[in-house]
Amino acid sequence: MAGFDIRQIDRRVIFTLIFVVVAWPLIAPMRLPMDVTAPVQQLYDTVEAIPEGSVVMLAGDYSPDTMPELQPMVRAFVRHAFRRNLRIVTTSLWADSPPLIEAAMTPLAEEYGKAYGTDFVNLGYMAGGTVTLLGMGASIPNTFPQDYYQTPVGEIPLMREVTNFDDVALVMNISSGTPGTREWVQQVQSRYRVPLASGTTAVAAPPFYPYVQSGQLVGLMGGLKGAAEYEMLVEAPGDAVRGMDAQSIVHALIVFFILLGNVVYLAERRSKAARADATA
Amino acid sequence: MNWLHDFLLGTPGTTPSVVVGTWVAAVLTLAIYSFLYKDNPFYRAAESVFVGLGAAYWLAILYHNTLVPKLFSPLFPPAGEPVLWYRVFPGILAVFMLLRFFPKLSWLSRWSLGFVVGMYAGVNTTGFAQGDFVAQIHATVTTPLTTGGGLSIALNAAAIVGVIATLVYFFFSKEHRGPIGGAARLGIWFLMVAFGASFGYTVMGRVSLLIGRMTFLLRDWLHLMQ
Repeated sequence: MAGFDIRQIDRRVIFTLIFVVVAWPLIAPMRLPMDVTAPVQQLYDTVEAIPEGSVVMLAGDYSPDTMPELQPMVRAFVRHAFRRNLRIVTTSLWADSPPLIEAAMTPLAEEYGKAYGTDFVNLGYMAGGTVTLLGMGASIPNTFPQDYYQTPVGEIPLMREVTNFDDVALVMNISSGTPGTREWVQQVQSRYRVPLASGTTAVAAPPFYPYVQSGQLVGLMGGLKGAAEYEMLVEAPGDAVRGMDAQSIVHALIVFFILLGNVVYLAERRSKAARADATA
Repeated sequence: MNWLHDFLLGTPGTTPSVVVGTWVAAVLTLAIYSFLYKDNPFYRAAESVFVGLGAAYWLAILYHNTLVPKLFSPLFPPAGEPVLWYRVFPGILAVFMLLRFFPKLSWLSRWSLGFVVGMYAGVNTTGFAQGDFVAQIHATVTTPLTTGGGLSIALNAAAIVGVIATLVYFFFSKEHRGPIGGAARLGIWFLMVAFGASFGYTVMGRVSLLIGRMTFLLRDWLHLMQ
């Protein structure tokens, strides 16, 4: 390999390697072992402890660019709630969310025989961010006077039982930014003491773990790994579990590149020092 | 032959609109990823389409979800319904915002900005104080150090030490020497661990996005996944 210099390696070679190690386990799954972390287990246990027929709120504050991480969370949570005969009210502080939630809920509602209006409601998007959250604390029907399909909430049977957060057993916030989980903690959990859980992108997850430790969040799914853990707990492996093989192998490859880079750097530094000694 | 049929025309029962949508999404995805090789017209075209679609989608959403129900309908309601005349004030503030485009009147936009900044500062200050400041301090000082087993006690103790050491690092009114300097250096270690965790999660997030696109290409477009 005379003339080969690893420092001059074309970045496109690395891109190609990443492409291959992502595609390979997706086409031929390996089912690498995976454990369930405490915050995800806590969320699952909380949902299990909610009495049948209770109302849970699915607050979707995300956009299509984060679907690979967050849509599996929505599907797994909705599946768990429907399986336990919980009723779901969905809201959105992000304009992009309602159609994404609808796409996740509709097939599951058909699978579990749930009816729109009595078993679940999509209240759609409302502008205002934190102001909207405060409005919901006073009255959810006044804050969302119509659902996603422009039906007045007074004509929706489920919404006749929901006035404010006192009528909600759990808020599950799926968040990819602001307004999101932090605003739900600050404006809703701290004021109205409603149990709150979160599913967030991996990038956003680290600052939210202290909320779990303090009890402000009853559970937390962080990124694709958190989604995969919840899919395992509800015994419905989906896109997240399938993606974790690729995730693990890519991480191993990146760790290898980091180690290789450090080894090359140290060798180069030692070589320079040796040359300097020889010159002196 | 079955694979070729699925690839070109979709699986049996797939509507033509879904087939066309899948192909358009696949071509745009490949056009975006072509930037990894080098900048090219396909990437720039896909980027422009994305920006244009995003702007148009948001304009339509905000018009139908905010301007119509919050401003136009209350001010011009159907016959028999009351006019909510006070909604004219936020309408005026909204017009003031647009006056930024006219240099002689752009100062009026500061009134709108002042209203928004003042309102959000008021709302978020109490929320932050209740939800973050007090609650996190309470959680730290009440961390159990005598129950939960050896590992739990050690981790709780590390959390308390980490909070104190990190706060010392950001305390600049006293020179970082002696015990203060030692605590500050320990704080740096805790900060580095936190940054490392954030970096690891960021890598996971970015790889997840790639996995999402690859799943789309391999399953929905190429039909190579089970």
